[in-house]
Amino acid sequence: MTAQEVRLCGLLLQEHFGEMVEKVGTHLLKSGAQNLRMILHETGISLDLLKKSLCVLVQHGACVFSSGRKGPGSPTEYRTSCDRILRILRYPRYIYTAKTLYGDTGELIIEELLQRGHMTMSSTVKTVADRLTQNMEDGRSMDYNDVSNSFSNLVETHFLQRCPPPPRAGPKESATPAPPPVPGTPTPPISTSLPTAESFPDCYKVPHVTLIGRGKRPLSSEDVDDQRNAKKAKMDSETHGDEGICWQVNFERFHLHFRDQAIISAVANKLDQTSSEIVRTMLRMSEVTTSPSATCTKPLSANEIFRSLPTNYNIARPILDQYLTLLVDDPMEFVGKAGESGGGMYVVNMHRALANLARATLESVVQERFGSRSARIFRLLLRKRHLEQKQVEDFAMIPAKEAKDMLYSLLSQNLVQLQEVPKTPDYAPSRTFYLYTVNQLPTARMLLQNCYKTVANLIERRLYESKESKRLLEKSQRIEAILASLQASGAEPEQLTEVEEMITAPEKQQLDALRLHINKLDSAENQVDETIFLIESYVNSTTTTS
Amino acid sequence: MAGKGRGVGAFTFNIEALGIGRGSMPDSRVGPMPLFPNIDFKPVPLKAGEEEDYMLALKQEMRGTMQRLPHNIKCHANKAEVERYTERYLKQSQLDDANWTPDWSLLPKELMPQKKKVVKPVKKKKAVKISRKETEAMLTKLDELEKKDDGNPEKSDDETEKKKVNEGEEEEEIEAEEYDEEDVEEENDYIDSYFDNGEDFGGAGSDENVDGEGTF
Repeated sequence: MTAQEVRLCGLLLQEHFGEMVEKVGTHLLKSGAQNLRMILHETGISLDLLKKSLCVLVQHGACVFSSGRKGPGSPTEYRTSCDRILRILRYPRYIYTAKTLYGDTGELIIEELLQRGHMTMSSTVKTVADRLTQNMEDGRSMDYNDVSNSFSNLVETHFLQRCPPPPRAGPKESATPAPPPVPGTPTPPISTSLPTAESFPDCYKVPHVTLIGRGKRPLSSEDVDDQRNAKKAKMDSETHGDEGICWQVNFERFHLHFRDQAIISAVANKLDQTSSEIVRTMLRMSEVTTSPSATCTKPLSANEIFRSLPTNYNIARPILDQYLTLLVDDPMEFVGKAGESGGGMYVVNMHRALANLARATLESVVQERFGSRSARIFRLLLRKRHLEQKQVEDFAMIPAKEAKDMLYSLLSQNLVQLQEVPKTPDYAPSRTFYLYTVNQLPTARMLLQNCYKTVANLIERRLYESKESKRLLEKSQRIEAILASLQASGAEPEQLTEVEEMITAPEKQQLDALRLHINKLDSAENQVDETIFLIESYVNSTTTTS
Repeated sequence: MAGKGRGVGAFTFNIEALGIGRGSMPDSRVGPMPLFPNIDFKPVPLKAGEEEDYMLALKQEMRGTMQRLPHNIKCHANKAEVERYTERYLKQSQLDDANWTPDWSLLPKELMPQKKKVVKPVKKKKAVKISRKETEAMLTKLDELEKKDDGNPEKSDDETEKKKVNEGEEEEEIEAEEYDEEDVEEENDYIDSYFDNGEDFGGAGSDENVDGEGTF
């Protein structure tokens, strides 16, 4: 992990879990796996707070622990990973996706689980039902059963999974030797033998939960009859048969969904809506049959695709064939042809698609930072691999002087690399070819680091902005609270306006400006994360295949 | 710019062959890049739409909720001396803090808050109280004795010495307690709770406070 990642993780931890957790988290990130005593010694936090912080980290899955790494009986060691902490940035997107797929219930289930790290099914269902009831009009309430069904749906589609049982020191684990953690040295590579949630057989099995009842309002006033309240109180103390089985959000599944969505929307932008529907159908058909990390989907025949197309989407067979040929011929290579049988076998090239999307992102970054003519040079180098300076000037059809300027500025930003090919071993400049080239993967990695830095800067700026006008914010909050309480007590409008006027016009202006800035910064964080997601998936997909 | 002529001449080969003409060398620059350089191209505006707005709201709501949850551990170190109005609300959140009980079956045992830690201060107070009561009793007794035997100066001297001894004991106790705390912080292999000052022989009262400490 890089300094940028650690910085961003620290900021995210601080914002969501407070300073103490941030201190522990960044310490663990910097020094790798450590036991309780080492952390205590090196951070200098009091034992009590340290334990709490570690509990929080473990609860949110940001920290894993294992014991017996250095032989049986050795102390438990704690380890965090950047990847998991950086997911905090994507929380809004997970929640929004759950909303689009499963409605408000799904949204609240995911939201609760993200907020609490992990929960049992029964407590999630209860909280969600209560929250939904709260938002409903009087006299109506949410049935626990409905929420349970949504929960089961989410589990069936693998958006939720069981938390893996805590690792116990076994002979298998102690057999793998690992270097002892020395403070100050870089992190030892995270062992691949880390138990993933997928490796447990019951991962997606919903336990039998006995939950009967309806969501209740927090302020159960007179309209709720006492009898039901008594019943409820009795219910709460009952066991539901799923104690000890905790659930967490399966981020990988969400990422697969995001990836598919990205491919579909790219097709829609590049070609048209109909072709995107065809790709969507192909992706949906292969959702179950294809493993998440496969390079491309299982081949599907044109006949199968035709049968699975949604009926309301009137696409005739010949038109489908034409669309498929069009998709195969497209330079973005989203869809590939795998054979001729069954009217033609087609696949969706996942990794090619991701690589092309990442490439398009790189190109657009160059275009927005250096102008369209620099982007032309960049694209040229991507396509022709290696070019001499003279060739760049000629092919790009840009005057030599300007082309040189652009090429050098790209080179200085590390977006373009220079390769020397000497004719003689002395590297004499007059007898050396200087070839310019673009390496997509390292460039994408660099852009990813830049994105992390950007988000960290955005967060810092936001913290600074809100710190600067802390007094103003506090004042407006207090006045809002007073207004709310006045309204609740049925005060006269004159009184209300009087209180409202406590915020002067310039103050109001300042507040509005602040809100605008903070909204912009927050929005920017969300949108940079989309780029982060795309490049991350590209980098991950390339590193797993090569 | 002044050194350019010489610089060009210093190459051992004809740099024209590289395609670098006389006027095409970039300006030399001295010093670090500015922190916020002027950018040639203005950034594109952010995407705006229903989806983006909803995600923004979700993000801000999430942040707010997370900061109120007990998982957000606040640092209580720098407490203001004057109790402020807002602190009443802080106390509310501290109460919430106490309500979070993690599922210990999923966490390592060593992270459980130690029970004796909470027992200790209670014990300490009791010990101090008892000793104070004793001294008070002793003092009153002494006073009475003083009143009774006003004419006997030797005795009273003796008693004041006794008093001093008592005070000395008290100090020793406090020292011992402070030492105890250090032991807890450092977590060694010794059984801290074994320290026996002989005061609560029989262990009466130490079991009363066991309940309700598994939470924080």
